[in-house]
Amino acid sequence: MADATATANPSGGFWHRLANPARFQRLAGWLTPWLAAAAVGLFAAGLYFGLYASPIDYQQKDNVRIMYVHVPAAWLAMMSYSTLAIAGFVLLVWRHPLADVAGVAAAPVGAAFTFLALVTGAIWGQPTWGTWWVWDARLTSVLILFFLFLGYIALRNAFDEPERAAKAAAILGLVGAVNLPIIKFSVDWWNTLHQPASVTRLGTPAIDPAMLRPLMLMAGAYMCLFTVLVLVRMRLELTRRRIDALQSARAGAIE
Amino acid sequence: MNGFFAVLGRDLAIARREGGEALLAVIFFILGTVLFPLGVGPDPQLLAAVAAGLIWVMALLATLLALDRLFQADWRDGALELMAISPESLTVIVAAKCLAHWLLTGLPMAVAAPLMALLLNLPPDGWLTLVAALLLGGPALSLIGAVCAALLVGARRGGVLMTLLALPLYIPTLIFGAGAVEAAVGGFDASAHLALLGATTLAAMALCPWAAAAALRHAME
Repeated sequence: MADATATANPSGGFWHRLANPARFQRLAGWLTPWLAAAAVGLFAAGLYFGLYASPIDYQQKDNVRIMYVHVPAAWLAMMSYSTLAIAGFVLLVWRHPLADVAGVAAAPVGAAFTFLALVTGAIWGQPTWGTWWVWDARLTSVLILFFLFLGYIALRNAFDEPERAAKAAAILGLVGAVNLPIIKFSVDWWNTLHQPASVTRLGTPAIDPAMLRPLMLMAGAYMCLFTVLVLVRMRLELTRRRIDALQSARAGAIE
Repeated sequence: MNGFFAVLGRDLAIARREGGEALLAVIFFILGTVLFPLGVGPDPQLLAAVAAGLIWVMALLATLLALDRLFQADWRDGALELMAISPESLTVIVAAKCLAHWLLTGLPMAVAAPLMALLLNLPPDGWLTLVAALLLGGPALSLIGAVCAALLVGARRGGVLMTLLALPLYIPTLIFGAGAVEAAVGGFDASAHLALLGATTLAAMALCPWAAAAALRHAME
């Protein structure tokens, strides 16, 4: 049955083949060094343009350079949670074995990016807004996102049966996804201190090309870093499960 | 719908026979609120400024208190599995349990709220809005909490985790609920906040029983 689907539907077949952990391990092992190299290159270029070869803002002066660290971190925080939600959906609907592994791998990385976005935001807010923290809708919803990541990680560790932990975490991931549109549109719905989107709006971005270039380079670098970290963590998790399985098999054989 | 009323009646009967335990949430709500004037000082101006938020935060915490037992006891004695294999849809059963939970926690708190408003010196303009907001938002608290309770059935340290899972999801309800009361006290129209609060409850009604039932089914696999 699996082979029939694979030949009939090439894209479905790809995901099907990935369900084999050994095959995934090989693919991920091949991809990781390339992506890591891309991340290093993009970070070098992005930091060069961001910290040195880009104009200063006419109001914020050099403080604007915090943007190149802060904005991609916030994007990645949202993307990481989307990954959790999609992984949860894929696990519950198609029971793809890698979906659960992807959730395990992405959650702490996403929490780290969210934390980075919050900290760099505070560092940027201090000189520009004159305060480390305001209870603005965008800031509050990103803080909630951070707690959602912590809840996801804690829920994963709260069960003895891995199956049960995977399903519970998948449902929590889907429920928490309600927060994503709230974060995205908070700056439009509530007119507060945080500025509205200036890059991802229809038509031309409201940002100078000289500033957009390092921002996009940094976003690419963050994206590569995220993928590398998730792939490495997924391989680690798969190896850990394999060791667990081998150990319990050996324990069974000794008995 | 027979199953709905059967479960509702059963949960209410259990609560009645357990005696005072069902009222624990509302007692916690009252006592906790009373602690604040003792802690921050009895200055009427200060209390009036923070009253709406305090009452709402206490309502969230008190709701949390009773959520542990929403499914855990039924899961332990096997009643939950019987409900799952009954012809009635598990989603409907979960909805009935949420309604029972709200009748035992949210409703008494809304009734007690004017007394708390009086103690905390909330301006009388906000009293009606406070009760309306608690009545509108209370069901959302029970429903969202039910999803978390269902996820945590059979978990180690479930009670502690409940805080971590439920409180972040409660924040929108808190913001709209406290915002409505603040608006009413400030002499503004509270209907926008109340409409958002109602929307939160309606969305929770549509999604939460379904999500909680899915979580319970996985818990019993």
